[in-house]
Amino acid sequence: MNDMSAETTVTADGRKIGGVVMEMKNITLRFGGVVAIKDISFDIREGEIRAIIGPNGAGKSSMLNVISGFYHPQEGEVWYKGQKRPPMKPYQVAQQGIARTFQNIALFEGMSVLDNVMTGRIRQMKTGLLAQALWKGRAEAEEVENRAAVEKIIDFLEIQHIRKTPVSRLPYGLKKRVELARALAAEPSILLLDEPMAGMNVEEKEDMSRFILDVNDEFGTTIALIEHDMGVVMDLSDRVVVMDYGKKIGDGTPDEVRSNQAVIDAYLGVAHD
Amino acid sequence: MVSIPALLQRNATRFANRPAYREKEYGIWQSWSWAEAEKEIEALALGLLNLGVNEGDFIAIIGRNRPYFYWSMVAAQSVGAIPVPLYQDAAAPEMAYVMEHCGARFAIVEDQEQVDKLIEVQEDLYQLEHMIYVDPRGLRKYDHHKLHRFIDIQAQGRSAYYEFIEDLKARREKLNYDSVCVMLYTSGTTGKPKGVVLSNRNIIEASKSSSEFDHLTKDEEVLAYLPMAWVGDFIFSIGQAYWCGFCVNCPESPETMQTDLREIGPTYFFAPPRVFETQLTSVMIRMEDASRLKKWLFDHFMAHARRVGPAILDGKQVSGMDRLKYRLGNLFVYGPLKDTLGLGRVRVGYTAGEAIGPEIFDFYRSLGINLKQLYGQTEASVFITLQPDGEVRSDTVGVPAPGVEIRISETGEVFYRSPGTFEYYYKNPDSTASTKDAEGWVATGDAGFFEEGSGHLRIIDRAKDVGKMADGKLFAPKYVENKLKFYPNILEAVVFGNGRDECTAFINIDLTAVGNWAERNNIGYASYQELAGHPQVLETIRGHVEEVNRSLADDPMLSHCQVHRFLVLHKELDADDGEMTRTRKVRRNVISEKFDDLLTALYDGSTEVFTTTEVTYEDGRKGAISATLRIIEAEVAMEIKTKVAAE
Repeated sequence: MNDMSAETTVTADGRKIGGVVMEMKNITLRFGGVVAIKDISFDIREGEIRAIIGPNGAGKSSMLNVISGFYHPQEGEVWYKGQKRPPMKPYQVAQQGIARTFQNIALFEGMSVLDNVMTGRIRQMKTGLLAQALWKGRAEAEEVENRAAVEKIIDFLEIQHIRKTPVSRLPYGLKKRVELARALAAEPSILLLDEPMAGMNVEEKEDMSRFILDVNDEFGTTIALIEHDMGVVMDLSDRVVVMDYGKKIGDGTPDEVRSNQAVIDAYLGVAHD
Repeated sequence: MVSIPALLQRNATRFANRPAYREKEYGIWQSWSWAEAEKEIEALALGLLNLGVNEGDFIAIIGRNRPYFYWSMVAAQSVGAIPVPLYQDAAAPEMAYVMEHCGARFAIVEDQEQVDKLIEVQEDLYQLEHMIYVDPRGLRKYDHHKLHRFIDIQAQGRSAYYEFIEDLKARREKLNYDSVCVMLYTSGTTGKPKGVVLSNRNIIEASKSSSEFDHLTKDEEVLAYLPMAWVGDFIFSIGQAYWCGFCVNCPESPETMQTDLREIGPTYFFAPPRVFETQLTSVMIRMEDASRLKKWLFDHFMAHARRVGPAILDGKQVSGMDRLKYRLGNLFVYGPLKDTLGLGRVRVGYTAGEAIGPEIFDFYRSLGINLKQLYGQTEASVFITLQPDGEVRSDTVGVPAPGVEIRISETGEVFYRSPGTFEYYYKNPDSTASTKDAEGWVATGDAGFFEEGSGHLRIIDRAKDVGKMADGKLFAPKYVENKLKFYPNILEAVVFGNGRDECTAFINIDLTAVGNWAERNNIGYASYQELAGHPQVLETIRGHVEEVNRSLADDPMLSHCQVHRFLVLHKELDADDGEMTRTRKVRRNVISEKFDDLLTALYDGSTEVFTTTEVTYEDGRKGAISATLRIIEAEVAMEIKTKVAAE
């Protein structure tokens, strides 16, 4: 923990933002000859909502996949909680307390909402397959504990009415919420959201924004999200990284990013007065 | 037993370990015994004393049905304050009116949403000193000078036990039959809401006699899901529950009501007609998708049930063969269906508030569910008339409830007098005087008559809505509207014709029923508006209107009320836009003013009309929608003259 700066700031609305919890240092990611990410550095601080934005193909999702251990960058280092992270498998990253949702929903369609969210608890389950199948000893107590934790999340995200409904029967907006529930069930310290509001109508977006803010506020979860909807990003996040063609062209508070000329030109379009 | 807090003390001893409240939370039914509930209420009452509640203060209570809010009401009474439950879905300005009118110093609310609403209107609420919230989510960053968490207030109460317990006991002792039990605001079909003051006598007498009428016991199970601001919920979930000592079950969330209903299986159930309609619509829709065998079984046995079910329920003579077949039907169809609906254990069921469609009513009765009608209002502590077991019909509202006297005035208006009759309208002596006379007779505002022979009361319409057509004949819009609304495709109807020579109507389609039909027939639509304007939908609705016209033609009193022209509105009538009350009764005046252009078009021979309407979204923002509406002519049936001189 030596590298973690101890400074703590308090935002205008009273949330505490701690020191750097994750740092990306000079990340470069190539697929064959294509450079997806080129020498990008930025950090994520504890308790903040950090957005990554950029036009299509800017490398946002690749960046998220680097954080979640799905891609391994050819150059650069990922530092997590003050330590340099060796190349890891995604499940190892998950074990470190990093959970994610997917741009294209990746739930178990045939299973109920409850079962889907329960799968998020896998990291908390210590008993073996046999013990669980026989429902012996610790397994029972463990299931109860996990169910209790899952029910809290179901309550928090207001999906009680679909608890027993198979996911395949749910509308898109609710599926997104179930995915968030599953990620939360892992009690992550960092939550990665890949376009949590893509394809939603205004009302669903408002709901989702409220849930993201509440998660951050209530559990103190650090959130890194990718989003297309500029309005949402500017409202939600504390700091924003802007990418374009694999390069970082801006980094700062929403206001700073909004007035950054490079960002305006590349992404928001050139202003006409 | 002269007050609700006194009943609580009695129940805490007599029914100590029996359940008093249940609420489903985190997927499990949590329960509180009467002894535990008494402790929770005491802690809250002490906390309220600690906060400085005085006798006679008003405490606003805003939330959905949860044990905490029932406790709040009784805790408020225990310290001599008056609980004022409000509709939790009301917009901020509506709440401001009521809270300002009663000058509430305290508010006990559910969550951030309600806190935000009150903060939004706090400039008008200079008397409001403290807000207590149950759900802390999202509220941590708020300024907590005037904001307290429910469990903190209880904890403060517990730790200040010795300081305040004597005061609490003294205040509780002071309560008597005449002290105010609760103040409920009427939904107000006309004008501003009025605060109806009900005493302990009103509530306890009404609860006692109605419980005896239906032989309610401590073993009943009820599901509390109707708005807490409504007198019915107060009587069922507090009055009768405390009188009998039965358990009140609170659903997990409004969306899970149907599941929770099924899990609890209430023995005593109350619902407005709308709930029964919605349930029946969903059953019918699901049966459409069922396999052929199941559908055949359902149709076959339901036909049998319609024929003999109500008679069996009423204990009338039915042949042995029919009984046997009914039992078989019960095994295959009625039993499982009742179980799915959550009505399998219902011993006493009531519907009230609006007229219920005869087909809907008969459907439930034929299944063997003892569904009855009652007629009541806030000012009567609910009960005016009730249907006794075995004398149930869809077109009457029953006989006078125990202790209630009824008379019909010369103009046909129904008057009553009872122990449940309200004390007065708060800060409104004029309305009190015009509603309740010196002898205690209360004008209901409804026109009706006693049926010869059975002695049952029949309600025709709101007295003020009954008008005259241009030729002087009786105009009873509600009667026609109800006939229209009995069709599943029609959600709401508003009939016009007062002072005119022909009747016309605005109609709202039911999006569930019509939407399902559209899906089945591969008709695409993106919005309510688009579906409402679809030619085939209009044609279907015209069919319904013409059927209603034919049935009206049979009634010599009302045959001239047939609907000549109608249009299907481009938006749903909504309480947020002021077109309906929170209990979903149409506000005629508001509608005819707001849609004046449409009304004109119905009478000037237009075939279509373009209109723009302002709408209010749930969060209070405004928008506008515009549409071109077609005006449809409906065929009018010939009057049948033969019946006229029958007597």
